[in-house]
Amino acid sequence: MNLVIPEINWSAIGPELTLSITAMVLLLLSVVASPTARRAIPYLSLLGIAFALLLCISLWGKSAYAFNRMVVLDNYALFFKIIFLITTALTVLMSIRYLKEQGYEHGEYYVLILFAAVGMMFMASAADLIIVFLGLETFSLAIYVLAGFFRAQPKSIESSLKYFLLGAFSTGFLLYGIALIYGATGTTNLKGIYEFVSKAPALTDPLLLIGMGLLIVGFGFKVASVPFHMWTPDVYEGAPTSITAFMSVGPKAAGFAAFLRVFLYALSPLQTDWIWILWVLAVLTMTLGNVVAIAQKNIKRMLAYSSIAHAGYILVAMVAADELGTASVLYYMLAYAFMNLGAFGVIILFGRKGEENVNISDYSGMAAKYPLLAAVMAIFMFSLAGIPPTAGFVGKFYIFSAAVKAGYIGLAIIGVLNSALSVYFYLRITVMMYMRSPEKEFAKLEPSPAMVIALIIAVFGTLQIGITPSHYLNLAKQSILALM
Amino acid sequence: MFETFLFVLLAVVTTIAAILVIVQRNPVASAIYLIITLFCLAGIYLLLSAPFIAVIQVLVYAGAIMVLFLFVIMLLNLEKEKKLIYRNRLQKVLGVFLGGVLLAQIGMIFSSVLLEGSKGKFPAEKVAALGNTEVVARLLFTDFLLPFEIVSVLLLVAIVGAIVLAKKQI
Amino acid sequence: MVSLSSYLILSAILFSVGVVGFLLRRNIIVIFMSIELMLNAANLAFVAFSRFLDSMDGQIFVFFVMAVAAAEAVVGLAIIMAMYRVKETVNADEMNLMKW
Repeated sequence: MNLVIPEINWSAIGPELTLSITAMVLLLLSVVASPTARRAIPYLSLLGIAFALLLCISLWGKSAYAFNRMVVLDNYALFFKIIFLITTALTVLMSIRYLKEQGYEHGEYYVLILFAAVGMMFMASAADLIIVFLGLETFSLAIYVLAGFFRAQPKSIESSLKYFLLGAFSTGFLLYGIALIYGATGTTNLKGIYEFVSKAPALTDPLLLIGMGLLIVGFGFKVASVPFHMWTPDVYEGAPTSITAFMSVGPKAAGFAAFLRVFLYALSPLQTDWIWILWVLAVLTMTLGNVVAIAQKNIKRMLAYSSIAHAGYILVAMVAADELGTASVLYYMLAYAFMNLGAFGVIILFGRKGEENVNISDYSGMAAKYPLLAAVMAIFMFSLAGIPPTAGFVGKFYIFSAAVKAGYIGLAIIGVLNSALSVYFYLRITVMMYMRSPEKEFAKLEPSPAMVIALIIAVFGTLQIGITPSHYLNLAKQSILALM
Repeated sequence: MFETFLFVLLAVVTTIAAILVIVQRNPVASAIYLIITLFCLAGIYLLLSAPFIAVIQVLVYAGAIMVLFLFVIMLLNLEKEKKLIYRNRLQKVLGVFLGGVLLAQIGMIFSSVLLEGSKGKFPAEKVAALGNTEVVARLLFTDFLLPFEIVSVLLLVAIVGAIVLAKKQI
Repeated sequence: MVSLSSYLILSAILFSVGVVGFLLRRNIIVIFMSIELMLNAANLAFVAFSRFLDSMDGQIFVFFVMAVAAAEAVVGLAIIMAMYRVKETVNADEMNLMKW
C-alpha cells in the first residue's frame, strides 16, 4: 500500500499553529501549575498572541495555497488575522482585572479565547467551504461557552443558551447551503466553484441559487444582520462584558471575511442575483439597528444595536462590490475593532462587581470626577458616530463614497441618514458625561495597568487610523487583489 | 426494484419518525423517535453506497450523541409537558405554513434536478473495488489532512467548554 | 435505480420538519433535537450528491459534520445543564430575563 504523505506548508498556518500551541500549553498550566503560577496565564497568552502577530507581519506579501488548496496565504487573510489578534489581545488585557473582581479567575477562559481566535483565523484564510465551516464552528463553540462563563449569573447562562440556539440554527442553514452548492458545482473548493460558475451557461441552476440563498441566511445570522438578529441584544447584554466586546468584533469580522471571499470571489459571476438581496439586508440592518438603539437604557444593549447597525454599513460596502468598496470593508473592520473594544473597555472599567453601572444614566457627570476616562469614552463615541478626525468618520466616508461610485446613490443616502441618526445616541453619552451632574456617588476607580494599556492602544488606533487613513487604505487595497 | 422498495420503506419510516420527534410531548419519546430516524438514515446511506458513513452514523450519532441526550433528559428528570406548543393559534398556523412553504419551494426545485457539476474521480464501482473505508481513509489523511486536524482542535474546545460549564466546581 | 430527486426531496422534508420543530416547540431539548434533524438532512443531501457526482468529497464532509454535531451536542447539553442548575427549567418561554 503506497501512501503519499502530503507536504505540509507550515508557514501558511503559522499564526494558527502558534496560538494553538500556546493555548494547549496554557491548558496544561491551568491544571498542573500552582495557583500563584496560574496568574501568569493571561500574560503568557499575550506572549503567544504577540508572537503570532509578528509572524503575520513577517508573512505579509506572500501568496500561496496550501493543504490541497484548502487554505490560502495572502494579504487578505493576513489583514484579517491581524485584526483578530489585536481583538484577542485587547480582550485579554481587559479581562484580567475583570475576571478577578467577578470571581471567575480561571485559566480556561484564556484557553478558549485563544482557540476562538484560531477558528476565526482559519475562517479568514479559508479557500474551501469545509474550512469555512470548521473554522466557524470552532470559534462559535468557544464563544458559546465563554458567553456563559459567569455560571452563577442567570443572565450569563441565558445569553449563552440563546447564542447557542441561534448559532446552531444558522449552522444548519449554512450547511444545507454548502450541500446544495456542492451538488450544483461538484466541489466545495472556492476556486473550483468560481471556475464552474463563470464558465457554465446555466447560471440559473436552481440548486446553485437556493444554495446561495441559504448561505446568505447562514452568514446573515453570523454577522447579526436583520432579520436574523433576533436574540443578539440579549446575548450581548447577558454575557460577561469582556466577552461581549470580543463577540461584537471577532465573529463579525470572521463572518464578513468568509462572506466576502465566497460572494465576491467564488460566486462573483452571480452578482446580479445576490446583490439586491444584500441591498435589502443592508438597509434593514442599518435602519433597525440605529432606530432601536435610540430607545435603549442599558449601555450594553445600546452597543449591541449599534454593532448591528455597523454590520449594516459593512453590507453597504459589500453591495458596492468594486475595489474601493471591498477595501473599505477591511478598513472599516480595523477601525471598528479599535473603537468598539475601547468603548467596552471603558464600560468594564466603570462597572463594579455586580455590574452596577450598566445604565446610560449612570454615566452622568463622569467628566467631573474622571476627566481622562470621559475623554477617552468621548473619543470612542465620536468614532462610532462618524465624526472627524476619528477612524469611524473616514471609514464611513470610504464606504458611502464607494456606494456612490458604484451607482447606489439611494443606498448611500440611506446610509448617511442613518449615520446622522446614530449621532444622537452616541453623543447622548458624551453629553451625559460632560454636562449632567452626577446622579450617584462614584467609587474610586483603580484601573489595572493592563486595562490602561488596552485603552491607550484603542485610543491610539482609533485616532491614528483616522488621521492617516491612506496608509491603511493602501494596505487594505493590497489585500483584496486576490478577490478582484 | 428491490432498491426502490427499500428506499420507499425507509423514506416513509424516516418521515413519520421525524414528524413524531417534534410532535411528542414526552422528551424521552422524542429522543427514541430521533434514534429511529437516525437508524433509517443509516440504512439510506447504505443504499447510497456509503457503508462507512452508515456505520459512523450508528456509532456516533445514534450511539453517542443520542445516548448523551438521554442521559441529560434523565438527569434533569423532565416531565411530560402539559401542552404541546405554548404559542397562540396564529403562531402555530404561521409556523406550519412557513414550514410548508419552505418544503414546497425546495421540493418543486428538486423534483427535476439536472446535475451539471463536474464529476469526481470515484465512481461507485471503483470505490467498491478498493473498499469504501480505505478510500475514505486515504482521502482523510492526504487531501483532507488540515480539516482533520482542525476537527481535533474543535473537539478539544468542546471538551474544555463542557467541563467549564457543567462541572460542579472548577 | 432511485433517482437523485427522491433523496433530495426526503432531505428537504427532514430539513423543513427540523425548522418547524425549532420554531414551534418550547422545550429546549426538543428544540435541540430539531437542530439535529436539520443537520442530518444536510448530511443526506451530501451523501446523495456524493453518490451521483461520483465524488467522495461529500462523504468526507459528512464525516466532519458528524464530528461537529457531536461537539455541538456536548456543549449544548452542558449549557442546558448549567442553566438547569441556575433556573430549574427547560422551558424556553421562561428565559425572559432580558426584554426587548
